Amino acid sequence: MDVTIRVKRQDPEAQDERRRPYWQEYPVTIADNATVLDALIQIREDDDGTLSLRCSCRSAICGSCAMRINGHAGLACKTIANTVVQNGVITVEPAGVMPVVKDLVVNFDMFWEKIEAVDPYLKHMGQEPEGEYIVSNDAMLHLSSVTACIMCGACVSDCTVLEVDPTFLGPAALAKAYRFTADPRDGDAEGVSMERLWGLSEPTGIWDCTRCNECVQACPKGVAPMDRIMAMREQAIQAGYDNNNGARHTDAFTESVGHSGRLDELRLPIKSVGMMNLPALMDYMPVAFRAMRRGKMPPIMHQNVENVEAVRRIFNRTQPEPASPQVSNNSPFG
Amino acid sequence: MPEVLQHDVLIVGAGLAGMRAAIAARDGGANTAIISKVHPVRSHSNAAQGGINAALLDRGDDWEDHAYDTIKGSDFLGDQDAIEVMCRQAGASLIDMEHMGVTFNRDDEGRLGTRAFGGQRRARTFFVGDFTGQALLHVMFEQLIKSGVRRYEEWFVTSLIMEEGRAAGVIALEIRTGELHVIRAKTVILATGGCGRLFEPSTNALIVTGDGMGLVYNAGGQLMDMEMVQYHPTTLAGSGVLISEAARGEGAYLRDKDGNRFMEKYAPNMMELASRDVVSRAEQTEINAGNGVDGCVYLDCTHLGEALIMEKLIQIREIGIDLAGVDMIKEPIPIRPGMHYIMGGIKTDVDGLTNLPGVYAAGECANVSVHGGNRLGANSLLDTIVFGERAGNHSANVVRSMGYADFDVSAALAREHRRIQEMLDRPDNGDRWAAVRKDMGDSMNRNVAVFRNEEGIQETLEDLHQLRRRYENVPVHNKGKTFNTDLVFALELGYMLDCADTIAVGALERRESRGAQFRVDYPDRNDEEWLHHIVLTKGEGGPEISELPVTITKWTPEERKY
Repeated sequence: MDVTIRVKRQDPEAQDERRRPYWQEYPVTIADNATVLDALIQIREDDDGTLSLRCSCRSAICGSCAMRINGHAGLACKTIANTVVQNGVITVEPAGVMPVVKDLVVNFDMFWEKIEAVDPYLKHMGQEPEGEYIVSNDAMLHLSSVTACIMCGACVSDCTVLEVDPTFLGPAALAKAYRFTADPRDGDAEGVSMERLWGLSEPTGIWDCTRCNECVQACPKGVAPMDRIMAMREQAIQAGYDNNNGARHTDAFTESVGHSGRLDELRLPIKSVGMMNLPALMDYMPVAFRAMRRGKMPPIMHQNVENVEAVRRIFNRTQPEPASPQVSNNSPFG
Repeated sequence: MPEVLQHDVLIVGAGLAGMRAAIAARDGGANTAIISKVHPVRSHSNAAQGGINAALLDRGDDWEDHAYDTIKGSDFLGDQDAIEVMCRQAGASLIDMEHMGVTFNRDDEGRLGTRAFGGQRRARTFFVGDFTGQALLHVMFEQLIKSGVRRYEEWFVTSLIMEEGRAAGVIALEIRTGELHVIRAKTVILATGGCGRLFEPSTNALIVTGDGMGLVYNAGGQLMDMEMVQYHPTTLAGSGVLISEAARGEGAYLRDKDGNRFMEKYAPNMMELASRDVVSRAEQTEINAGNGVDGCVYLDCTHLGEALIMEKLIQIREIGIDLAGVDMIKEPIPIRPGMHYIMGGIKTDVDGLTNLPGVYAAGECANVSVHGGNRLGANSLLDTIVFGERAGNHSANVVRSMGYADFDVSAALAREHRRIQEMLDRPDNGDRWAAVRKDMGDSMNRNVAVFRNEEGIQETLEDLHQLRRRYENVPVHNKGKTFNTDLVFALELGYMLDCADTIAVGALERRESRGAQFRVDYPDRNDEEWLHHIVLTKGEGGPEISELPVTITKWTPEERKY
C-alpha cells in the first residue's frame, strides 16, 4: 500500500523556521496489515534519521507511542494504517496537552507529577496478613480492568479540562487513584480509602471532570477513566464527603429533577455552592444581572412538568435502595 | 566543572530486576539511584504475559518439586545451588508482590489462583490475566516512587567506568538534552535485560539490545552460556509478537495444517505443555516437513470458550485481532517459533556479583544460572524479583564500608565526548545502523536458531566480521542534541554486535545438543564432555572461551522426556 505520512515536526535546536511546528510529508510503501508505527519506523530507519519518536514493544503494552493520528490520540502500534488512511494520507502529530520536546516526543513530566500526586501505592491501614489478602476474584478482575492502564498518556492528550486547566489531576492519575479506592486491600478494614477520597474531593480532583468522554474514546486499553472518576464521586459521597460544590451539585440536580421533572436552573447554582456561602453567591450576582437584562433569568417560581407523577415513578424506580451507613457499601465488592 | 552525581548504589535498567534491586538497596540504607534509557514502566518486563512460578507450601506444593522441574527444564545445565535459592524464596517473594498491590487472579476461596505452565508437573503459575509482567512492573514502579530512590529517566549508559580494579560509576547520555554525565558509584548493578533485538524477528521490544552484557564484556567481565537462546513456541505470524504460553496453559492445542495435534509424536505425556525448547523444535520439524502453512502451524483456542478467553487471555486475543486479523475465539491463530529470551548472560553468583569487583547483574542480562539450557515459562519474572532483591541487599551491605574509587571525571567525560563526536562526524554515506542490524538479525535467525550446524554458524561468524566493519562506518544522520535516537541506536548496535559474537562462538563451541542448543551435526546430549558452562571473555581477536563446572547438589542428570 502506498501512503503519505504527514508528520507534525518541531526541532527546538533549529535556527530556522523548523524551530516552530511544521509539516513534513513522507511517502512510504507498507504492507497491507502494517501499523502506523511500522510506517514511522520505516521512515526513521530507511529515510530520515532525524525523525524522533518513542516506541518499543510494538504490541500496545509499553505505552511509548501514544500520539495523535488524524487528530485523535491513540497508540501508533495498535492502529492499522489502512484503517486510518484518508485520501492516501495519514496525519500524525505529537500527543496534546504535554509540551513537545522534539517531533513526536512530548515531555511527560506533568503526567508523572500528577500520578505521584495521588500517592500511587497501596496503603493498608493495620496489619498485613501473613499470607495473601483474601479477596474475591471479581474484585481483582474489576481492578485489573483499570490496572490494564499502560500510562501512555492518550487520555491526558485529549482531556478537554487539562487543555484549559493544568491543575486538574486528569484522567490517568484519577484512574490510578480509583485502582486504590476500589481495592478492598486499600484503606481501612472495610476497604474504604477515606483519606484518598477526602483528598480527591478537593478542587483539581474528581469534581473537576466535565464528563466530555474524550478520555474513554482515546484509551487504547479500555480503562475508561471517566467512568472511574464517576465511580469515585459515588464512593466519596458515600464516605461522607458531600460538603463540596460537586457533591451538592449532584444532589441538587437529582432533587430538582426527581421532584419537578425538570432542572431548577435558578436554585441549582445556589445549592451547589451552598445556601450560606455568601462570597460564592455574591460572585453569581453579575451573571444574574446580565441574565435578567437579556431576559434569560429562569423563572422564580419553578414549575413542574406535565404529568410529573410519571417522572417521579420512573425516578423512584431507578433510585438504589437507601444506602446503609457509608462504608460497607463503598467498595463495589466490599 | 559539571555537577558530579554520585550514589552508593547505582542500578542500570529499571525493569523488574532493577527496580527490585533499587528498593532493596534503599531499604538497606544505601544512597541509591536508578538509571534507565526509557521510563521505568516502558521496560520490557511488561511483555511477560503468563505468570510467575512459586511453590506455596500451604497449597501442598514443595519447592523441591519446583526446583526439579526447573533443573530438568534447564537440561541439567542450571546450577542447582542457585535454583534452590530461587525456588525456596519464591513463595515469600510472591506474597511480597501481592502485599505491594498486585491484582493476582483468585480462586473461589479468594486465595491466589494458579494456572498450568510448560515443563511443570503441577499448576504453580500465579497470574494477572495475561499481562502479569505489566501488572508486576507497574506495582514495582509504585513502590519505587514510595521508596524515594533517585531516578534518571531516559538516560542511556554509554560506558562503565572501572578504576582501581573496581566499579567507579558510569557515563550516560541524557537523551532529552544530549548532555553527557558521569555518575560515580561504589557499586553498579546491571539490570538491562536481554539482547533479543539482535535476532530478526524477535518477540522482544526494540529497546532490548544487550547493553549491560556489552558493558561488562568490554570491561573484561565474563559472559556465560550465551549460546542458550530460547525460541518461544507461539509467536504471531508476520510481526513475531508474543502469544502467551498461558494459552496452552489454559488448554489450547497446537495443530498442523490438517488439524493434527502433532505434539503427541514429540511429548506424549506433556503434549503442548512440554518445555519450550521441545515444543519449538517440534513445530519447526513439522514446518520443515511441509505440515505447516506459510511457515506457521496453528494455535487452537476455539474450544476454550469465549468466557475463559475474555477473562484470562484478553490481551493476546486483542493482539491477534489487531496484528493478524484473527479472533482466537472463532478460529486458530497462525504461530511459529520465534526468538524470545536468552538464558545466557553476565556470569554472577547468587548475590548478583560478577567477576568484576563492585559490578553486579540481575534479571535477564545475568546468568546466575537458574535457567541453564532452557528456561521454564514463568520462571523469568521470579528470577528478576528474587535475584534483583539479593543484589540490592548485598550492595547495600558492602557500600557501608567502602569509599568511592578515585578517577579523573573530566578526563573520562572528555574521552567519551570525543568518541561520540567521532561517530557524529562520520560521512553520511555509509550503511545506516538499521541496515546493519537487520542483516545481523537475519543471519542470526538463519543460522543460530532452533536448529544449528557448524557450517551455518561459521557463515554467521563471517557475516558478523563483515558487519563489524560496516558498523565502524555507520553514520549518524541526526547531528542534534535533543532526543537524538539516531545516535542512541547507533551506540546500541555496538552492544548487540558484541553479544552476537559471543552467542555464535558459544554455539559453535558446544558440540552437542542440550536445551535450546540443538546441533544437527551433534544431535545428542553429551554429559561426558559438555556438562559444563561455556564462559566468554573479550580477547584480541574476539571472544575467548573457558569453562566452569555445573553445580550439582542432589539431582543427578538423567534422560529428559516429556
